[in-house]
Amino acid sequence: MSLRNQFGSVARFFIGTAPRRFASVSVLLALVSAIAPTKDLFSQWRHYQRLYVHLIRNRPDAGRLEQRFESGIRQIWIPEQHVVDRCSTCHVALRETTLADVRKEPFRPHPPMPHSLTEFGCVVCHHGQGAATTVQEAHYSTKAWEQPILPARYLESSCGQCHMDVLEGTPRLNEGRRLLARYGCAHCHAITQPDGTLVVPVDEPPSLEHVAEKTTREWIFAWVKNPQAYASSATMPNYRFSDQEAADVASFLVAQSTASENSRKELKSVAAVSGDGAVPAGTSLYGTLFCSSCHAIQNAAGNLVGGDLAPELTRVGSKVNPDWLRHWLQAPQGYDPKTRMARYRYDEKQVALLSSFLMSKKDDDFLANVHLAEPDAQSIARGKKLVADYGCTACHRVNGVNPPESFAPDLSRIGSKPLFQVGFIRGMPETLPDYIAGKIHDPRAFGPALKMPTFSLTDVQVESLTTALLAQTDRAVTMPPELVRGASHAKYHPGGDAGRLMEDLRCQSCHTINGNGGDMAPDLTFEGSAVQRTWLLDFMNNPNTLRPALIRRMPKFNLSDAEIRSLSDYMLSAYQAPGFDSQALEAGALNADAAARGKQLFYIKYVCQSCHIVDNKKDKGYVGPALTGVGDRLTPVWIYKWLKNPTALSPGTLMPNPNLPDGETRDLTAFLVTLKAHQKGGPK
Amino acid sequence: MKSTVAYGLVLTLILSGCTTQRAVDPLPTPKVYGTQIIEVSGGKQIGGVGSKLSDPLVVQVNGADGNPVTGALVIFRGAGLTFNPSNALSDSSGQVSVMVQLGGIPGSYQVLAETPKSSGGTVSVPLREIALGYQEKLGKEVSEKYCTVCHDPESTPERVSNFDNLAPPAPHQFTDGNTLNQMADADLIRIIADGGPALGKSPQTPAYRGTLSAAEIKAVVAYLRAVADPPYPGAKGK
Repeated sequence: MSLRNQFGSVARFFIGTAPRRFASVSVLLALVSAIAPTKDLFSQWRHYQRLYVHLIRNRPDAGRLEQRFESGIRQIWIPEQHVVDRCSTCHVALRETTLADVRKEPFRPHPPMPHSLTEFGCVVCHHGQGAATTVQEAHYSTKAWEQPILPARYLESSCGQCHMDVLEGTPRLNEGRRLLARYGCAHCHAITQPDGTLVVPVDEPPSLEHVAEKTTREWIFAWVKNPQAYASSATMPNYRFSDQEAADVASFLVAQSTASENSRKELKSVAAVSGDGAVPAGTSLYGTLFCSSCHAIQNAAGNLVGGDLAPELTRVGSKVNPDWLRHWLQAPQGYDPKTRMARYRYDEKQVALLSSFLMSKKDDDFLANVHLAEPDAQSIARGKKLVADYGCTACHRVNGVNPPESFAPDLSRIGSKPLFQVGFIRGMPETLPDYIAGKIHDPRAFGPALKMPTFSLTDVQVESLTTALLAQTDRAVTMPPELVRGASHAKYHPGGDAGRLMEDLRCQSCHTINGNGGDMAPDLTFEGSAVQRTWLLDFMNNPNTLRPALIRRMPKFNLSDAEIRSLSDYMLSAYQAPGFDSQALEAGALNADAAARGKQLFYIKYVCQSCHIVDNKKDKGYVGPALTGVGDRLTPVWIYKWLKNPTALSPGTLMPNPNLPDGETRDLTAFLVTLKAHQKGGPK
Repeated sequence: MKSTVAYGLVLTLILSGCTTQRAVDPLPTPKVYGTQIIEVSGGKQIGGVGSKLSDPLVVQVNGADGNPVTGALVIFRGAGLTFNPSNALSDSSGQVSVMVQLGGIPGSYQVLAETPKSSGGTVSVPLREIALGYQEKLGKEVSEKYCTVCHDPESTPERVSNFDNLAPPAPHQFTDGNTLNQMADADLIRIIADGGPALGKSPQTPAYRGTLSAAEIKAVVAYLRAVADPPYPGAKGK
């Protein structure tokens, strides 16, 4: 009762009479209107600006810094990109490079970067809530704004929102994008890039339509159980199948296998290579044919030696059927028409020697403990269901099971995925980068029923892939075309008879031509302007390397003379650099005097022998190609134009652009054209 | 009386919900004490800002007889760095191995790995890790493409070093702080842009002005400043 009385008397005091009511409301109004100014007065940004003024007061360039400092809310506004960033309200010193020694946030100057601060603002790269003016709202997830600041280690992903090209400053992004294609992520996931194209996988999962010719049910079982146990470099992921499931898959794959074109060909026995000498002879043949340019084999120390363009062969003898191997070596396309392996023109003896070497590369322990029951119809049916359910045909061709459509989630906008749609595991940090990295690292941790298999990736690879995927933001997908950089859509394939031959030899597995092809070997786009016909014919017949330090080299194809002529003449006429016809050098300029001057320039002024060998006895540099015989190899016009500006003819070449005057270029050209192979006892 | 208990209970529940104090793992009790701690591997690694270093940081605790001791406590400290775990007992070979995540600011990070001594106090070993920002990363990529083939005597499976094929004077390694720290940024930039002869040095260093942009050349200098050993003390006379 007394409480009610007290309340009543207080109420009467304030609103008892009309004047009192008026006074009370006025005071209340004054208080309410003071809330905003008071909050503003004690706001975080004012606090930081006061600290900044204090910080710069005692610095040597205090006057200049104070003059440049503007108090109040600062803002970068770029309407066409929907950027309203007030970050510089607290990060006041972003442009003050003289504060480079300051390590305390928010006062560090922005480190050097390829864009200016006002070009894109802050959140395009760093994420966060640009318009916010409190630390919490700007940097962290709030109910109204999910996307927090992007952790520094994933920052390169922001470059990928516009840049399709391989930038030197973004190694993680580049590696992540390479892995996205290399590990075949895009077989199952559609990933639309900023230029509107889909990520194209570059791995080459083999066709399984004739797999029973190639290998056994036992091998398939062991492989499916753990691909990396067979080959440490295998990119095939682990589906964590039970023994029964793996056996069912193996039963089905063998059961669905049909006869390949190769199996209808006859194999002749080669008596000469049946003895003990076959394996050593095959080993040396494997070396001289440069199989290791694409295939790797583990050496005794456990290191992989060789390229990663094609499957590792460390235990291939435990996998393949010897007859299949000999057919394959003769005509890979007869087994798998889409293989990247070239049809080398090996003779029967070479095939027999190579296959005896490869069959000796076996690991008897690998299948020692695999004992499978005879396959029955139920097992085969279960296997077929597993192959369909787990999307095996997204990568491999299998008879009777069509490739699945929209099998896995589209990842085109994964970098902007709303957090409320994400199912985090208990205990993990609830951020998008952590979710993506976790999902790549161990997909089944997010639910045992999930189908995504486990890839064998290092932490650094997971971080790289996460970086590449974080670039797939809403902003990236809707990027105006004029902001997208470096997209390449070259689909060049050579035409005609020579084109068919180049297809057969799979030239573009290693060489790029007109923007399309591999990057292991030199770009051939301008090869016709660069080389002389005689040299090219010789080289095709016996590809010897120009670069002594190079580990991967052009393999021998054993081409016929007619094939060599057809191929060379096509390249010489089709692969011409623009403007070379009219650029003939005056013959008189390349005389002996000029050559003598050129030799001085080569050896003394520009010390070219640091990187190039001209004299086999004296010179040792091997960064660039050897120039012994360059006078037989390259055309004088090419040499001249190359010396003038190598980057113009081969973007990304290691050869520095020496900015030579015309006279020196002519003299050096005159010297180089005198270098003939036969004088030095080099290859004829 | 009853209501007081109820209020108290509710209040405790609310307060316990509010508490932000995290459970801190207590340090494990060392089983033995060492007298010396040394680096085994993992120092001077280079990584992008905020990223995990690819190799673990491994230190070893030795006893008075110079042999490794098992069960000694090692604690890792380093401003801006995250260690996983940040402390551990040495294993059967006397070693402790931790993963390191770099901070978000480019530059050198100091690590102190310390182990308590039986007599009280600690012995420690100072280590260093290097975080690269955008500019230093760009410099690293550029130098690995154009420079290291001559400036780094080590060959890798992908690249054979040209170091031994050069006439004297031998190129300086980019980590050679004793020499390179003495040179001003402007001089390094001139050598890269215009070649050795621009500063009266060997013409074996070619001019890269026509190949690299000014930003790329600056980036190379920023990179070799970042990896300098001893560390680059910063520009003088500013």
